Amino acid sequence: MYPPRLRYVAPKSLDEAFAVMAEYGDDAKVLAGGQSLVPMLKLRFASPAVLVDINGLSDLAYHRAESDGSLRIGALCRHVDLERSALLPGRYPTMAAAAPQVADPIVRNRGTVVGSLCHADPQGDWASVLLALNGQVVVAGKDGRRTISVADFVVGPFQNSLAAGEIAVEASVPAAKGTPYGSYLKLERRVGDFATVGVAVAIETSGLQISRAGIALTGVGPNTIQAIEAEQALIGQALEPDVIARAAGLAAGAARPRSDHRGSAEYKRHVVETFVRRALSSYRLAVPA
Amino acid sequence: MTDAADEHRITVTVNGEPHAVEVEPRLLLVHLLREGLRLTGTHIGCDTTNCGACTVLYDGTPVKSCTMLAVQADGHEITTVEGLGSLSELDPVQEGFTIEHGLQCGFCTPGMMLTAKALITNNPNPSEEDVRWGLSGNLCRCTGYQNIVKAVLWAAAKQHGHVAETNGQGTTVSGRT
Amino acid sequence: MSQALDEVKIGGLGSSRQRVEDARFIRGRGNYIDDLKLPGMLHMEILRSPLAHARIISIDTSAAWAIPGVRLVLTGEMAAQRNLAWMPTLSYDTQAVLATDKVRFQGQEVACVVADDPYIAKDACEAIVVEYEPLPVIVNPIQSLAPDAPLIRDDKEGQTDNVCYRWEVGDKQGTDRAFAQADHISRLKLHYPRSHPSPIECCGSVADYNAATGKLTVYMTTQAPHIIRAAVALVAELPEHMIRIVSPDLGGGFGNKVPVYPGYVCSILGSILTGKPVKWIEDNFGNLISTGFGRDMYLDSELALRKDGKILAVRFHADTDQGAFFSDAQPSKFKIGLVHSAFACYDIPVGHITARGAYTNKAPGGVAYRCSFRVTEAMFFQERMIQAAAADLGMDQAQFRRINLRRADDFPARTPFGFLVDSGQYHKCLQLGLDAIGYEDFKREQAQARSRGRRLGIGISTMTEPLGAGNSREYDILGIKMFDSAELRVHPTGKAILRTGAKTQGQGHETTWAQIVSHELGIPADDVIVEEGDTDTAPFGMGTYASRSTPVAGAAVSMVARKVRAKARKLAAHLLEVSEEDIEWELGRFYVRGAARRGVTIQECAMAAYTNMPDGMEPGLENNAYYDPPNLTWPFACYIATVEVDPETGVWDVLRVVAVDDCGVRINPMIVEGQIMGGLAEAYAMANMQFMTYDADGNMIGANYIDYLLPTAWETPGFELHEVVTPCPHHPIGAKGVGECAAVGGPAAFVNAVMNALEDTGVRNIDMPVLPDRVWQAIQTGRDVSGVPPVRQD
Repeated sequence: MYPPRLRYVAPKSLDEAFAVMAEYGDDAKVLAGGQSLVPMLKLRFASPAVLVDINGLSDLAYHRAESDGSLRIGALCRHVDLERSALLPGRYPTMAAAAPQVADPIVRNRGTVVGSLCHADPQGDWASVLLALNGQVVVAGKDGRRTISVADFVVGPFQNSLAAGEIAVEASVPAAKGTPYGSYLKLERRVGDFATVGVAVAIETSGLQISRAGIALTGVGPNTIQAIEAEQALIGQALEPDVIARAAGLAAGAARPRSDHRGSAEYKRHVVETFVRRALSSYRLAVPA
Repeated sequence: MTDAADEHRITVTVNGEPHAVEVEPRLLLVHLLREGLRLTGTHIGCDTTNCGACTVLYDGTPVKSCTMLAVQADGHEITTVEGLGSLSELDPVQEGFTIEHGLQCGFCTPGMMLTAKALITNNPNPSEEDVRWGLSGNLCRCTGYQNIVKAVLWAAAKQHGHVAETNGQGTTVSGRT
Repeated sequence: MSQALDEVKIGGLGSSRQRVEDARFIRGRGNYIDDLKLPGMLHMEILRSPLAHARIISIDTSAAWAIPGVRLVLTGEMAAQRNLAWMPTLSYDTQAVLATDKVRFQGQEVACVVADDPYIAKDACEAIVVEYEPLPVIVNPIQSLAPDAPLIRDDKEGQTDNVCYRWEVGDKQGTDRAFAQADHISRLKLHYPRSHPSPIECCGSVADYNAATGKLTVYMTTQAPHIIRAAVALVAELPEHMIRIVSPDLGGGFGNKVPVYPGYVCSILGSILTGKPVKWIEDNFGNLISTGFGRDMYLDSELALRKDGKILAVRFHADTDQGAFFSDAQPSKFKIGLVHSAFACYDIPVGHITARGAYTNKAPGGVAYRCSFRVTEAMFFQERMIQAAAADLGMDQAQFRRINLRRADDFPARTPFGFLVDSGQYHKCLQLGLDAIGYEDFKREQAQARSRGRRLGIGISTMTEPLGAGNSREYDILGIKMFDSAELRVHPTGKAILRTGAKTQGQGHETTWAQIVSHELGIPADDVIVEEGDTDTAPFGMGTYASRSTPVAGAAVSMVARKVRAKARKLAAHLLEVSEEDIEWELGRFYVRGAARRGVTIQECAMAAYTNMPDGMEPGLENNAYYDPPNLTWPFACYIATVEVDPETGVWDVLRVVAVDDCGVRINPMIVEGQIMGGLAEAYAMANMQFMTYDADGNMIGANYIDYLLPTAWETPGFELHEVVTPCPHHPIGAKGVGECAAVGGPAAFVNAVMNALEDTGVRNIDMPVLPDRVWQAIQTGRDVSGVPPVRQD
């Protein structure tokens, strides 16, 4: 397996990077973690004219909680950084649950969260996690920056909404307004396997009531799927068994799985329902004082 | 800013030794190590970043060298199996692998050992579960992993100066009957 | 007073001696095929067919030739000019080297490029334009054997259907009579899925043809260098003495590296045509999509039972999916390997087997994947059938086995299909396993858990398997009898070199063969170096597969060491100035009977062989031995697994695995345990996740590690090992084969455990791998779940 001929540029600043991106347009590809891109090159599924390696832009290697409670993840934040982060548990439970389940430990050392979002693989884990959390992506180019919701950023299988010349520089998760609870349940046969089914659940509560709900699904459709009706069925409700069952059923209904060697469509739909129910049933809501 | 010329001149430190080499941008790091520097202890198994046979340490962190370009090593430090211990003095991980029979065909072994090295550096007292989790990006077809896990636990103990009591005693529970 | 050496201390039999091989492997100083670099060496890449069945309309290589650095673009047409477009397989069929007329499976070799570096060769492969006319695709024997099925092998004269062999064994009439008298007949149909040995190192070769001398040296990943030399002599029409095959360190084999593959042949042709060494290193995709797979067998079977649990007879039919070319590596008499070793451990009076092979548009193979020629399928089927029959009779699965397992005083005994089983303590092994797992306690725990909605299961697999082909009367490959060989040279200072016709791939021959020499001669194992794999220096042997190394080559090591000892005895008599009859042997030393203090060491004898031999004695201390075993060896194993099934998701977790292995005398217990654990991991993989399948268009699903799932350290369960030792009655040191036992017997333990957890659902079978969705479907529907391709896609 050998990549095709290509050019390589390692800019020293974002501005330099934007300049190269502008010059090559759609023929340029940003190289961050490279854990999806390099295999694509080796399999010759991708053959960009130039790779713009942003690994030298160490300013992008961050994740931090802002004073408003939002979480910002720079384009060079590796999966392992989140896996080991002390920031996540408690405050961003869905992120904390997902981080160790991405790929395998060595890939996590290199791969990036923002890169995964850009890759837009319907079997990728981060897109559904960020979708459930109402996340956003900051994209930038020589003409400036814009912020796109993850829902609008991941537009199709292996398609994002970056314009030619743009680079995704940051992902962010808004602050929780209530008490956050979250899970990422993934059915995989072995470490490093793609999800047969992945379910990201993120809720916030105010007292015993759900004030915000996010449910998104991995690997059960042509895209990452946001289970909007299931989310809505939770708003304003307490986590009672019937509420949970209804949301789980609606989430399963939102799935668009195909039968393949990982499982039948019915099975995957059933697992979505099971996982949503299990996630929601696992939360022990703090009783307001 | 590095230019986009066909060949890139890079400087990479491998096992403590700096090398200045010209590389084509598409050259994979594993090929630079194996072909360019003739360090053939780093192996190539799969095409899809699953097997981990090509694992090396990149500034101390395990990476799959088939999934990085050689140019990306410019200015960085790489450790391969050839840099793990010396001919006369083995690293505890190398010792553990041979004492606990953690290898058979030996093909996954260099990658497995480098992952293990980083693992016990970051976590000097790993549990069996920690080791199994930490090695789950490296595939082995021969051993069934149990002895690899024992090897890593042995190395961790050795690193602290106390060697596990069960070293090299094998696994069979009952005596000969 | 004895001055015999302590055998364990000198690294002899029974010593868990650390491995000699490790010294290089842990330092990254191994010498695998891809590590080899010859001056002027070129690199070869293969272009493969994207379609499973298609006529080739045209191949345009002009753009590939135009790429700088390209030295050769080879097509089937060019190979045909040298009579090399087709080659013989190890099962008397033919296989395309490079396709000429049509492609018959996805991934088939269509062209190859030789270039200055592999990147360029790959670029050039991409530049070759092939025009195909698609043909109807067949992906299973049911389609293949249908009356109106399109003919796959239209290249073969006289071939009018897709059947590639028929085979039959046993006593049909006697079996029918026994079935007529049965109280109950249990039936089971199952598919053992297609799997791939998938060593982490793929195949490769460096062919170096020297036009000046006419000598061809091929460094290649082969488990059987001498068979390859013979095959190359036949295929390339080169004189055999001008061919040297060298098998370097192998990164695993598991049966995958037995056959001859087109890539090897193309690299040889490439070297002949370019006049340079040509290296071909297969990628993982090429390895999985085109080289020797294992299994893909369909079984339909019945057991005739008496109501007290006694099995009266067995009959079954097996269909094998051979892919496009029949290229099983197996003894020529047995078209479906040793599948008739099924039920050898049970006392069953009569049985009958029929079998049939089918061509399909899938990769060729049917290799013995960690297996002694399809015994994996045989034992899996046997143990699944045993469990189903026990369940049908409402009988405890352990008790059902007790009723039918042969007793320790039964031996030797003839199986209904003609094998002679010669030793074993089956009941003792079973009981040891049951005690270790805590069988009765587990059953209580299981019942309690069930009442709380949890599903626990326990599965047992007991089996004896025939390891160590041959004897030469019955076993041959391409007519070459399945013996093996060893050659031992003892140097003047008492150090030695040993060579055998086997070829280690991780089994540790360099360590264990020296231990056998040590056992026989008392030379410390550290003083014996072992060399294998070079046909110019190694004695002729059949290689390493089918767990045959210890039973056959290992026996040859013993025998050659005994020959050397016999000569050393004469030297000792000379040195001690007594007659040979007065010489006694103890480990490492000859002495005078009745005067034990008067003795000479084996090393002193070695020195005398070169410095002080008696008049008339030929100098030197070396010999060779060709060993033709009188029988196969029959290790026995009992594997028990416990699992918990999550009925909501169908996911099952392994709780415990107990293994009791009786492989006779263990040469190096540490290495034996390593073999068993490796086999158990593969058994778990097979039962849980590892398979390759095809869609209706013949696209292989499983041509990379994204879809072909091998378990990691995380999923792989821990193993608890136990042993019983029943020495092999005919092996010189009492050893039996072991490398494959756990991979052969293990899968049924896991599957039986899951099926046991589902026993109340009425489901009798879920095909492997027992995927969560299959378990869920079984629970939902109460019906068996088939895994037969094509895979469902909607």
